[in-house]
Amino acid sequence: MTATPPSGTVRHDEASRADALARAEPMVRFEKVRKSFGSLTVLRDLDFTVKAGEKVAIIGPSGSGKTTILRVLMTLVKPDGGKVFVGEEPLWHREVDGKVRPASQQQLRRVRNRIGMVFQHFNLFPNMSVLRNVTEAPIHVKGVARSEAERRGKELLDMVGLGDKLKAFPAQLSGGQKQRVAIARALAMDPDLMLFDEVTSALDPELVGEVLGILRTLAHETNMTMLIVTHEMGFARDVSDRVVFFDAGRVAEEGPPSKIFSDPENPRTQSFLKAVLEH
Amino acid sequence: METLSSLLPPLLKGARVTAELALASTVLGAVMAFAAGIGKLSRFWPARVLSILYVEIFRGTSLLVQMFWLYYALPLLGVSLGATFAGILALGLNIGAYGAEVVRGAILAVPRGQYEASVALNFSRRYTLWNVVLPQAVVEMMPPFGNLVVQNLKDTALVSLITLSDLTFRAQSLRNFTLETVPIYSLTLVLYFAMALVLMFGMRWLERSLARRVGVAAARARS
Repeated sequence: MTATPPSGTVRHDEASRADALARAEPMVRFEKVRKSFGSLTVLRDLDFTVKAGEKVAIIGPSGSGKTTILRVLMTLVKPDGGKVFVGEEPLWHREVDGKVRPASQQQLRRVRNRIGMVFQHFNLFPNMSVLRNVTEAPIHVKGVARSEAERRGKELLDMVGLGDKLKAFPAQLSGGQKQRVAIARALAMDPDLMLFDEVTSALDPELVGEVLGILRTLAHETNMTMLIVTHEMGFARDVSDRVVFFDAGRVAEEGPPSKIFSDPENPRTQSFLKAVLEH
Repeated sequence: METLSSLLPPLLKGARVTAELALASTVLGAVMAFAAGIGKLSRFWPARVLSILYVEIFRGTSLLVQMFWLYYALPLLGVSLGATFAGILALGLNIGAYGAEVVRGAILAVPRGQYEASVALNFSRRYTLWNVVLPQAVVEMMPPFGNLVVQNLKDTALVSLITLSDLTFRAQSLRNFTLETVPIYSLTLVLYFAMALVLMFGMRWLERSLARRVGVAAARARS
């Protein structure tokens, strides 16, 4: 983990960091976003903002809608109503002569280019080598020259400790290695916003550490905005600027990790944390 | 032995015609199977309607009647195809209709996560289809394709009814001529079986080499 992480600045102490974040532009904005699957409502008029550079951990019981937030941002799930913005740009809608219309394909593609996602089940392409998994999108989506994409791909794979697996295929890797390739693959597109969807949930316990280690490095050493849905409470406490407790389709409680983990106010948060931490 | 050696050369001539018809119609069938199988999953409704019509019409009518229609009826409407072309067309369109369902099923069997990762990386739909989905799906298609190819070989016997001198046609005319019914039909069966064996081994080899090329071990592990 010696190579340079994607983009710049190191984190400063907590107070000055909170200050800087307060002044930062919003990177993600949900305004009254609704989503139901059949009779199950997963997002209820959700209002939610993430500042540029902020690291937000989203915790909460299964089925509470945490993952849906990420999937709406990645354009995998279309919201039923409300507005979503990435930076200043609307994601799912556009305004034409004062009327709200669905987003155009070009708009979706443009906004999507700023976002990367790492999935619970890795979703590597089994028909491509490790290096090709990482270089394919820069080459074919961003038009980066192959030689440059491969140089950068090797650098990223070095960073996640897989510089010796360039020619391997996903089937030859352990779960932890697969997930590290998936992280490198997402980073290769230089996203401003990274979404991590329970990225350690499908891993054997002894492999969780290697993946969390990389996420820690990214959180502490880059200025990417990170949204992390996780069940790893210790990890959430370490890396996040803010913890959001999600319950029944809305934000039940949020705050700095020190506050949420040691002194939660909402009884739902208290009982959730009690149940999780006793395990 | 003497009868066998005199019967074999004319039968082999027929077998050659059969093999050529089977090969040409399989190639046509493969093209149609991919076109209609992908068409059925298209975003554009005309492509879907066209694909569904094609598949249902050819699956829902008799291959023999299709052949008769192309060879005997179509000329009366002003289009003469010639027996070989009519035979290849009927066989190829028929196997293509069944193959379309195989293609569609294999595409749908590619895990959803593969599509989601493709969206997350902003791949175009076309890129996703050709570089992510089809390389994985094509391996899954091979075993059912193998069945269809052998089925198609056996179906070529029907072209004897539109005047083509394939293996079955030769066997029949040879029997009319020599009355050696048992050796002729036995030999014919053996020749069909030999060709089917070649096809089965060919398809198995194709499946294995495709699997290697696209890392199917990985696909099976559903990484």
